[in-house]
Amino acid sequence: MSDTHANTVAYVRNEMLPPSDAPRSQTGAVKWMLENLFSGWANTAMTLISLLVIWWALSSVGPWLLNSVWTAGSLAECRAILDGATGACFSVITNRWHQLLFGFYPPHLYWRPVLTLVLLFVALAPVLFPALPRKLLVLSALYPFVGYHLLWGGSVWFPISVALGFVAGFVAYKLLLKVNNLLAIFGAILGPVLWWMFVAGQIDSALSSALPLGLEFVRSDRFGGFLISLIIGISGISLSLPIGILLALGRQSDMVFLKPVCVLVIEFIRGVPLITLLFNDSLLLNYFLPPGPAFDLILRVIIMVTLFASAYMAEVIRGGLAALPKGQYEAADALGLDYWKAQRLIIMPQALKISIPGIVNTFIGLFKDTTLVVFIGLLDPIGLSNAIRADTNWNGIYWELFIFIGALFFIFCFGMSRYSMYLERKLKTDHR
Amino acid sequence: MNKSVFLGTLAATALVAGLAQAQTTLETVKNRGELVCGSNTGQAGFGAPDANGVWQGFDVGFCRALAAAVLSDPNAVTFVPLTSQTRFSALASGEIDVLSRNTTWTFTRDVDLNFTFVGTNYYDGQGFMVNRELGVSSALELDGATVCIETGTTTELNLADYFRVNGMSYEPVPVDTAAEAQQQYLAGACDVYTTDISALASSRAAFAEPGDHVILPEVVSKEPLGPVVRHGDDNWADIVQWTLFALIAAEELGITSANLEELKAGSNNPEINRILGNDGGFGEMLGLDNEWAARAIAAVGNYGELFSTTIGDQTPIGLARGLNAQWTQGGLLYAPPFR
Repeated sequence: MSDTHANTVAYVRNEMLPPSDAPRSQTGAVKWMLENLFSGWANTAMTLISLLVIWWALSSVGPWLLNSVWTAGSLAECRAILDGATGACFSVITNRWHQLLFGFYPPHLYWRPVLTLVLLFVALAPVLFPALPRKLLVLSALYPFVGYHLLWGGSVWFPISVALGFVAGFVAYKLLLKVNNLLAIFGAILGPVLWWMFVAGQIDSALSSALPLGLEFVRSDRFGGFLISLIIGISGISLSLPIGILLALGRQSDMVFLKPVCVLVIEFIRGVPLITLLFNDSLLLNYFLPPGPAFDLILRVIIMVTLFASAYMAEVIRGGLAALPKGQYEAADALGLDYWKAQRLIIMPQALKISIPGIVNTFIGLFKDTTLVVFIGLLDPIGLSNAIRADTNWNGIYWELFIFIGALFFIFCFGMSRYSMYLERKLKTDHR
Repeated sequence: MNKSVFLGTLAATALVAGLAQAQTTLETVKNRGELVCGSNTGQAGFGAPDANGVWQGFDVGFCRALAAAVLSDPNAVTFVPLTSQTRFSALASGEIDVLSRNTTWTFTRDVDLNFTFVGTNYYDGQGFMVNRELGVSSALELDGATVCIETGTTTELNLADYFRVNGMSYEPVPVDTAAEAQQQYLAGACDVYTTDISALASSRAAFAEPGDHVILPEVVSKEPLGPVVRHGDDNWADIVQWTLFALIAAEELGITSANLEELKAGSNNPEINRILGNDGGFGEMLGLDNEWAARAIAAVGNYGELFSTTIGDQTPIGLARGLNAQWTQGGLLYAPPFR
């Protein structure tokens, strides 16, 4: 402000007015609400209806949840404590949570499934986060054997002798690679098979008798609850991705024999409901397999669920492959890469990146489908909820069990979905 | 490649399975050191795991008695939970040794499926439960009612038959499990809940106000439930059958788990002596030892004791003996003589 008129014109104000607040309707919460909730009669109506629905839901569920009983020993006790008032009886969870989580796993061994779960995250870390040193992938490769031993126990030499089969395959591959490429691939497949059929059993029994090491053996029929869902889900998820990739590549290839086989497998398994495959598993296979725990139901279910998810996975990945421009394949050829190198270095990184949402979708679907095993008598959380209700103490309880089971599944599925969003952001799949 | 390995595995395992089947069931059980018993996935009072994962119940108790008779250890049993769809093929394929799971004895199951029903351990029948407020006192007043019915069971067919015979109409509300049926019935989605009377009683016991619901007097079907074994091993069928009869006869003759030791020392009733192995060598005829029945009774008590500790009047299930009383007391339980 200049001083020019300061003393000449008496009516000119010579200091600034203090800034007044913006109109109430143009700031803060009011503005946000006016813009987002009440901008026009249609939106206002929707807002009011939504508020009514929320209020109705809260007022009917709220007291039931807030008034819940956590310490009673039976449904009848819950009712006595509530004395006619409405309220949930979560005592069934405090009473039976260990069964819903672990099934009939011996309580003094609960540390083993817990440790397996902790180690799972350790083993997953190098796979999920590329920032970690690549050498840690050795841990991930060893994890299936460690996990098996921790969960089932028994002689420590059994998983070791099985793992050595893969070493045998690797050695056979390396040796035969000097002779012929194709022969080396056959060696890599036949080596482990021959090892498991003829050598592994003897090594196992010899070492077990020489040095009996191992954890207490836990039979498969002690497994249940969320443990079984996790075992089936995680085995299915981690096996279905590689198998799905191979099936997708097989379907894309022009080999006379391989292509029809892959197409047949994919179309057959996709064309049959999972529940049919599971029944087939538990009913039909019994007639061929020796009775007893040798080839137990959990293993059969894992195989079927894996096959089922693989067929879906193959189609998801085929979508990713189809989205790649032909130029990428030609560029790989022009660089002189062989088939596997081209796939590993050029095609797959791009195809998988495109397919991430579909892949995670299949994973989440597979994980939730594990609850279907209830129909073949495996006591997963849903199956156990029936068994718990068959206890006269808890007969008649309903929502509390399903809320707990739903929350457990939500945690895992939400985690998977968040990770996939992180991965997509990191890889910027949308080419923006 | 994969296919040939699979077929090879199948062939090899079929061979192994064939070898395993060459043994009798009794030998298999003894070699294994445990009995594999097909049980319910969970039915109140009849078979369910408790908080410690130990199976309890009426049908479970029978398996424990059988294990005690054959293996001298009532806990040497593995229970395989089976649904109503998987139970028969589990038995036929040899995955289980005996099925003790609320299974109704019918012609086709016995003859066509090649099973042997060794007897009846519970006489059940289908009934109806309604809210007392409806003021219904007979099933014949249910014309036009909505009925909660578990799908895929014989009860569904029995219901249709009963309403057709009596010229009444009904509207079915299909449900999948007993728990769902309870929810629907309590929410008023159906006027009537129909299933076996034993299940109705255990459902009603779980309600907040059991007194508000009545089970109508009509019983519209015969449901004799009992243990089942495969055709083709009559010795094993005999063992299972006479273990059941031993429990029933023990009640008739007054042998209980309390006075068992005393009676084992000798009694002036020759039939008691024959059952408890003091006379006649009956156990050896079965391929067991002579104390088999005494061990079975010691494990779970006689039929009456097993009934009252699992599903009887003093339990929350609260079933009356009714048809399941001894023949001397107006019931249908009638064990052939041990002679």
